[in-house]
Amino acid sequence: MRGPRALWQAWVRRSRTKSPWIVHFDCGGCNGCDIEILDTLMPRFSAERFGVINVGDPRQGDILLVTGPANLRNAAVLRSVYDQMAEPKAVVAVGSCAAHGGVFRGAPNILGGVGELVPVDVFVPGCPPTPERILEGVIAALPLLAEPRTARQATGGPSPMSIVMLEPREEEVVRVPAS
Amino acid sequence: MTRTVVPFGPQHPVLAEPIQLELTLEDEVVVDAIPGLGYVHRGIEAEAERRPYDEDLPLLERVCGICSVAHAVAYAQAVEVLAGVEIPRRARLLRTFWFELTRVHSHLLWLGLAGDAIGFEALFQSCWRVREDVLDLFTATAGNRVIIGVTALGGCRRDIPDTLQPTIRAGLDAVERGLAGIAPFVLGSEAVARRLAGVGVIPRNVALDLGLVGPTARASGVAMDVRRSGYAAHDELPVEPVVETGGDALARTVVRWREIGESMRLCREALDRLHRLPGPLATRVPPVLHGEAISRVEAPRGELFYYVLADGEPHPTRVRVRTPTFANLAAVLSMLPGTQMANVPVALLSIDPCLSCTER
Ligand code: SF4
Repeated sequence: MRGPRALWQAWVRRSRTKSPWIVHFDCGGCNGCDIEILDTLMPRFSAERFGVINVGDPRQGDILLVTGPANLRNAAVLRSVYDQMAEPKAVVAVGSCAAHGGVFRGAPNILGGVGELVPVDVFVPGCPPTPERILEGVIAALPLLAEPRTARQATGGPSPMSIVMLEPREEEVVRVPAS
Repeated sequence: MTRTVVPFGPQHPVLAEPIQLELTLEDEVVVDAIPGLGYVHRGIEAEAERRPYDEDLPLLERVCGICSVAHAVAYAQAVEVLAGVEIPRRARLLRTFWFELTRVHSHLLWLGLAGDAIGFEALFQSCWRVREDVLDLFTATAGNRVIIGVTALGGCRRDIPDTLQPTIRAGLDAVERGLAGIAPFVLGSEAVARRLAGVGVIPRNVALDLGLVGPTARASGVAMDVRRSGYAAHDELPVEPVVETGGDALARTVVRWREIGESMRLCREALDRLHRLPGPLATRVPPVLHGEAISRVEAPRGELFYYVLADGEPHPTRVRVRTPTFANLAAVLSMLPGTQMANVPVALLSIDPCLSCTER
């Protein structure tokens, strides 16, 4: 028997997973991933049809898209952007850099992946990943928005970490027409 | 009058990249601007000194994801000077093709962001739609959309076979149709003209004094373009610098817009010459080098300079990168005092700053 309170909570949980607003933070990557994130919102891929809006204000955001490796200068800024976001929130690490430092791993000033600083929920590999994959990463993070992180961990909710794994897309394969 | 200090950044919606400007305001007018840099510093130059010459190439390509071809070509040229090798004509033409295509995509990207900064959302979206067609050309020729990794030391890593040429030409036609579609929004639009005219003016003598480069300098009437030094295939595909005299954000927009057309022409000419051109793709570069070399290319944002010092080790002893934005950032600081606060994003954007290049 589901009382009105349970129904209300189910409705809230469902609504939270719709129309995620994203906060994009460049943690010191090469711009490749950042322009692909912007591309995701542009006419061809048009993430805005799913209610995804890029907001500048961390307090309004649901999903934090981080690109680039964590470095010493940016650590505090990333941390504060993350802390300012209201629960429930999810973190998507876009690109190889954000996952583990990528091509810059080992360089001076690089701490490694952004996982060193904030808890990452979804990794989107690629250097840079294509917009479809970024979109897929955002979609993979949606179920996580149903509940705040603490509640999620307590109830053993959706897996806290997933990796978007995809075969190369058809159009990523260079096809040379036969002569 | 009371002064207010407003921190602008590092995380803010105007630029995708983190830069901080500490603006001192008197009412709405900026009196002083102090930049805070280093948010995207990765230590690439130091890291490049630890890796072998050929492994530096993918690293340096990722100095900047937008003009990665420019960095790759500039570094490869410096290493080729050290090795004393000539690269095959086919590779020179291929480099020019991808380089100029990069310029088209970079300028369209900038134009879109400028549209966004002035609140012209339709221009933003249309520019990025046309840019997708350019990225399709990258995908068709190199297999990736943004960082294409086509340059190799001594030549190119990938070829454009003659059988692919019709596809590419059709792609170039599509880009040109798209460009024709947005032309009325850029040059003919009163909204753009009114919003950009008179913002961030840099007179010619200031541009010369500050040593500005690229479209920022050309918009102030300085006719300089490193492509005239004839690197890659520019000895057989000469370029006339596109010059405007306004010196404001509008002039910079017009310069970039006209350069897009110029680059499209160069792409087509490079393709024409590549047709039925026999020859190898790359010359071998020895793994151990001696001496020092510099190399300059005209990146989409201006002159990009590389210095490589080799000491007979399998890796360079010093790699120094001087990026166009480093030169042009001085222009922002000189034009901000006296601007309205609302114009700061437009003025900053008008030099097309690329911080991941500048801070490396
Ligand atoms: S993952 Fe690759 S494309 Fe993305 S920021 Fe890092 S180097 Fe650039």
